[in-house]
Amino acid sequence: MSQDKRSPAINGALGMIVLLIVAQMWLLTATLEAYLAGHHDAAVPGAIVSGVLFLACGALALFIGRVDRSVRKERERAISSRS
Amino acid sequence: MSAPPAPRPPLWREEFPIREDEERYVTRRQFSRFLVLTSLGMFVGNVWILAKTWFRKEPAAVEARIAGASALAIGESTVFEYPAPGEPCLLIRTRDDRFVAFSQKCTHLSCAVVYSKERDRIECPCHLGFFSARDGRVLQGPPPRPLPRVLLERRGDDLYAVGLAGPEDGA
Repeated sequence: MSQDKRSPAINGALGMIVLLIVAQMWLLTATLEAYLAGHHDAAVPGAIVSGVLFLACGALALFIGRVDRSVRKERERAISSRS
Repeated sequence: MSAPPAPRPPLWREEFPIREDEERYVTRRQFSRFLVLTSLGMFVGNVWILAKTWFRKEPAAVEARIAGASALAIGESTVFEYPAPGEPCLLIRTRDDRFVAFSQKCTHLSCAVVYSKERDRIECPCHLGFFSARDGRVLQGPPPRPLPRVLLERRGDDLYAVGLAGPEDGA
C-alpha cells in the first residue's frame, strides 16, 4: 500500500471504530432497558454481540497501529536519507 | 572567518526537554487505543448485566394482607407497602368485586404515581406520564415500561398481595 493510500485507510478504520462504538452503546442501552423491564433473555446475545464488536474494534486498532508505524518508519527513513 | 557558535540553550530547557505542543499531541494510535478502551468498558457493562442475570435470586413469594381493602369505595385508591416496608404500592377498586394493584414508583424516575378517578388512569405528576389503571401499561409520557403489577388474592373479606407479576404475565 502506498503512503498516500495509507492515511485514508487509517482514517477509515478510525471511522469504523467510532461506528462500532455507537452500535455498542446502543446495544448496552437496549440490553439494560430489557433487563430492567424483566426480560432477562436479552443479556446473553447482548454480551456476545458486544464482545464481537469489541474484538472488531481491537482488530481495527491493531491495523491502525501497524499501518501508522510503517508510515512513520518510512518518513523517518526519508528524512534521514535527505540529511 | 568562522561562524559564531550556536547559543547554548537555557538550563531550564535542558532540564525540561519536552515541548508542550508535543506533549499534548495525540497520535492516531493513541486515539484508537482510547476508543478500544471505551469499547472494552461497554463490553464489561454487557458482561455485568449477564452476570446479574445469571446470579440473580428469585424473590421469595411474600404474602401480605392489605388492611382496609374491603372498606374502599369503588373508584377509590389506597397505598400499602409490598413486598417490603418502604416499597409503596397503589391499590385501586375499579368495580365492586375487582381490585388492581401496582407499584407506586413511576418507571421513569421513581416519582409516586396517583390514581385519577375522573380520567380512570394512573398519573405521574412529575413528568406527566400516564398509565392504564387496568393493566399498568404506559398510555403517554416518558415512562419506558409499564408499572409492575401486584398479584392479588381474595380470601373471604380480606385481600392479600401474593406476588409481583413478571413481564410475561402482561403486567
